[in-house]
Amino acid sequence: MPLSNRVYALCDANSFYASCEKVFRPDLKNTPVVVLSNNDGCVVAQSKEAKAMLDLWMCRPWFEIEEEAKKLGVVAFSSNYELYANMSNRFMTTLRQFAPRQEVYSIDESFLDLTGINRDLVAYGKQIKDTVLQWTGLPICVGIANTKTLAKLANHCAKKQSHFNGVCDFTSMSKTEIDAMMQQLPLSKVWGIGNKLEAKLNKLGVHDVLRLKRADPKRIRDEFGVLLERTIRELNGESWLELDETLPEAKQVMSSRSFGTRVSTLAELEEAVSYHATNASARLRKHGLYANAVYVFIQNSPFDKAQFYGASHTVAMPSPTDNTMQINKTALWILKKLYKEGIYYQKAGVMLMELVPSGGQQSDLFGFTQGDSKSAKLMDTLDSINKKYSKGTIKLASEGVHKAWVMKRGMKSPNYTGDWNELPHIR
Amino acid sequence: MYSGRVSAGQSRFPSPAQDYEQEELDLNKHMIANPPATFFYRVGNSYDSMIDVGILPNALLVVDRSITPKSSHIVLAEVDKELVVKRLYKWKGVIELRSENKEKNYPPITFKDGEELIVFGVVTFNVNALK
Repeated sequence: MPLSNRVYALCDANSFYASCEKVFRPDLKNTPVVVLSNNDGCVVAQSKEAKAMLDLWMCRPWFEIEEEAKKLGVVAFSSNYELYANMSNRFMTTLRQFAPRQEVYSIDESFLDLTGINRDLVAYGKQIKDTVLQWTGLPICVGIANTKTLAKLANHCAKKQSHFNGVCDFTSMSKTEIDAMMQQLPLSKVWGIGNKLEAKLNKLGVHDVLRLKRADPKRIRDEFGVLLERTIRELNGESWLELDETLPEAKQVMSSRSFGTRVSTLAELEEAVSYHATNASARLRKHGLYANAVYVFIQNSPFDKAQFYGASHTVAMPSPTDNTMQINKTALWILKKLYKEGIYYQKAGVMLMELVPSGGQQSDLFGFTQGDSKSAKLMDTLDSINKKYSKGTIKLASEGVHKAWVMKRGMKSPNYTGDWNELPHIR
Repeated sequence: MYSGRVSAGQSRFPSPAQDYEQEELDLNKHMIANPPATFFYRVGNSYDSMIDVGILPNALLVVDRSITPKSSHIVLAEVDKELVVKRLYKWKGVIELRSENKEKNYPPITFKDGEELIVFGVVTFNVNALK
């Protein structure tokens, strides 16, 4: 394959969750901020001030570090998924004007196809970065290159090396310059290379990205498979990964359907939502993923004579789950909040969001570490849950929701963008 | 032209208003020019700096971050880590945030050389609940 003539930009928000919190708290501008996982379990995001102070605290249980962090003046927040989802939408929408094609890769990352944009790309990258900051308050970094893998790497350089001022454009740099930078980077900085793979490659004497780039793709394919071969080719400027404009199932799982006839009782809706929750959960497990949040919507038809009624709500889970019963309970609890009498509903649906792979690592999405034993175990889980579920179905829907599992989010910030009663205040 | 029978109680004539149908007026569209950059803010219940322009306590402000602030715009800004709503004044090197309350006559906040004024956005609409 010839060298790529495409140009991709990867736009990635800096410390996304922590930055979302800061947008509404000017008093915390220079304060170290951390965001905790579900149930205030462990640190999942740190502002740059927090990183400078306690970089090694990422993923540490909060109860272990709480005392010390507070002494250092660190401000902690529980995860506010409603806010992060809203800010993510704003971020992605703002990016859309800069390229004809966009791939939303995750809640805080998006690829843009800048092919054919006949401009100084460093300046264009800066314009993208400045616009996102002005419009949304979110700081981002932009990496630009001829393949997606290289754009990811350029983004990493833009983040870590301050002289780039947040925009790193490989297309305007010489091969020597890029190679020199690659030589300094460990393999884990390459898209799709997780810890296990890095360790294996290290054993073979491949320690830095430049060495990997120069590896023989065919030998790598024989030993590690076609995905890593592709990565190497991408590092060499051959574009193998296309921009994916459709939201892949790996990011969210949706189950919804219009009713054959209009439905108006809560019991009927419960049946439907329960069905969708079960269906979506099954698909989640099929992909080996866990959901952090559950979204439910109900609506009547915009074409009916009655006034349009559409309602939706998202609830964050206490911990990532693929458990049908838990998802079902959550969905039914949301439904109760949304339900209004006297409306003839036409459609209902359940969406599972904020999906994470079982290992909790993004690199697993690429499938490098998926062994046979793992998928076998997964099937077992699936079967046992399915069995358990079919026994409990009827009981579940009727027994309603126990509050016991409702998440602990004691340090959650207000729903600044999603609740009239929680708007940011001017005192 | 219509021909044939017209059954009773079920007019087959098109509504004379058909040609004049239009979309419902949508306040969102009217007040939010740029959705990803627009945020709502609530004025505190004792905030009276801008009372003369009609920004009453508890007002709802529509703030557009994508508008570059100019002199005479009413802006949402940060002063000493607090959010304020004031009128921006920029003239011959003088930068001030001015209040609009003749009765209380709050002094303007002046920004000297080297002091940074952080404007979050321009206030585009002010909604006071009357009931």
